[in-house]
Amino acid sequence: MFSNGTAVHILNVTKTFVTGQARVQALRGVDLNARTGELLMLVGPSGCGKTTLISVIAGILNHDEGDCIVFGENLKDMAQGKKTLFRGANVGFVFQAYNLIPSLTVTENVAVPLLITGTPRKEALARAIEFLERINLGDKLNALPGTLSGGQQQRVAIARALVHSPRLIVCDEPTSALDADTGRLVMEVLRNTALSSDRAIIVVTHDNRIFNFADRIARMDDGRIVLVEPQVATA
Amino acid sequence: MYRIALKMLMGDRGKYLGLIMGLTFAALLITQQSSIFTGLMTRTYSFIDDLSQPDIWVMDPKVQFVDDVKPLQDTQLFRVRGVQGVEWAVPLYKGLLKARLEDGNFQIVNLLGLDDATLIGGPPVMLEGSLHDLRRQDAIIVNDVGANTRLAKKPKEPGGKVVPVKVGDVLEINDKRAVVVGICQVKRTFQSQPVIYTTYSRATTFAPKERKLLSFVLVKAAEGTDLKVLTERIKRSTGLAAYTAQEFKDLTFNYYMKSTGIPINFGIAVMLGFLVGTAIAGQTFYNFTLENLRYFGTLKAMGTVNGVLLRMILLQALVVGVIGFGLGVGGAALFGYLMKGTELSFRLIPEILLLSGAAILIIIILSAVISIRKVMKLEPAIVFKA
Repeated sequence: MFSNGTAVHILNVTKTFVTGQARVQALRGVDLNARTGELLMLVGPSGCGKTTLISVIAGILNHDEGDCIVFGENLKDMAQGKKTLFRGANVGFVFQAYNLIPSLTVTENVAVPLLITGTPRKEALARAIEFLERINLGDKLNALPGTLSGGQQQRVAIARALVHSPRLIVCDEPTSALDADTGRLVMEVLRNTALSSDRAIIVVTHDNRIFNFADRIARMDDGRIVLVEPQVATA
Repeated sequence: MYRIALKMLMGDRGKYLGLIMGLTFAALLITQQSSIFTGLMTRTYSFIDDLSQPDIWVMDPKVQFVDDVKPLQDTQLFRVRGVQGVEWAVPLYKGLLKARLEDGNFQIVNLLGLDDATLIGGPPVMLEGSLHDLRRQDAIIVNDVGANTRLAKKPKEPGGKVVPVKVGDVLEINDKRAVVVGICQVKRTFQSQPVIYTTYSRATTFAPKERKLLSFVLVKAAEGTDLKVLTERIKRSTGLAAYTAQEFKDLTFNYYMKSTGIPINFGIAVMLGFLVGTAIAGQTFYNFTLENLRYFGTLKAMGTVNGVLLRMILLQALVVGVIGFGLGVGGAALFGYLMKGTELSFRLIPEILLLSGAAILIIIILSAVISIRKVMKLEPAIVFKA
């Protein structure tokens, strides 16, 4: 049940995709808790429902049945507009393909979540610069994303996910496009910068090189959580 | 967020320029063709504009436009003069006659015969000579364009320049001697023939013999007389048609609008500009949105509400619309400026700017609506698709 220290409480969540005659049951009654102050990894084979599950948790995909409670708010009961505002205030995203807007500078990209929530531009840019300096990208403030390496772009994406101080960070395959060293560097930045006692991080990955950065690992298969491991050994 | 929208728009240089080019082309074509159309239609009644003194034009009731002369008997002039409220009424001859040039060639001319006593209805600008020179024997005044082109003499040597008609030169109109005593400037008319002024009595001697030769009676209303009332009174008293100058212009304009293919031809060109502009801008804007769908999805996932996304797209459309409109209208104005003084009729009036602006607005709204629909229906979960 939901209690202090619980960031996300998932109870019997189902989701079925219907395309014409075809029905794909992506989530078949998922139960899961994510706590504040922890980095939870969702792992499993391709098509097991990892991405669908974090999409539901992040409030960007409606589920069919069950409850998805994020920081005390049941997303199932929430209207679409309210859910959008809830995401803006509470969720930070890190994407596999970075999704940095190519025509904006690094600083402007990082400032976007603050601008979305109505922070004045000047203040938003100042906060973005502060975050970029914290992750050693102070020399790339005015660079365009296209001029950065993959690792640098993902660090910018992490700064963007954190800049508005969300309580939940969801990451989808954040290291799959990076080499092993860069992947580890990105995870170090994520863990060191993002993890705090009032925030939860959920990382979807099938990259076993980064499993050791997790506090817990939830293994999924065929739309269900099959195992939650509290401790992990490096693969 | 609006700055982000603009940066997204301008960051994709190829599509941004493609959008502006499409809208510029549409605005240019719509404005230019509409201006030429307006210029052409203005020419249909420019002869009425040149005769600024009379308040009312009296003519045969069957006349449909200014060049559709249906002569009256000379006695009608006196009947009009007898109508209460008429300050003065003078005759005007207008007809197409054949002039024989010095080299033996013939040229159709637009001959205007002015009241012998007052010379009312004379050209608005005299470049050489004086209107009163028409009182000299066989005198005519020729317009400058006619003098320099159709009435001009052959070059003195092969390949040389034509020699304009000048004061003192002699023409023959319907086998009668006509001496050029002045050169004038008149507004371009719909017809391209040279314009020749002479007195009414001389014009009737130039013209082939007919029972009726009076083309129009030009009327000045007595001070304080209501023009509407006076035209009605003239109609009732004489059985003729009487129009104020504006009414006569409208009659002429409407005739050309309804009875010629001019509006359709220009309308097709304007519609073509609109359709091509819509196709180019709509397609490019849609492609731009499709290519940025991932970023719109990212913004949506990060908490941007649909209303803000809608305004961002509208702003993008508005910016390219304004720039395209400005460049297109500017290009059309430049075209008009460069064509000044040529045969081309070009009249850019505020109404055309409004028409062009409205057309561009419709184009960008149509373009934006397709993109807005796509973004509004966008599922933010697409952001997790690599």
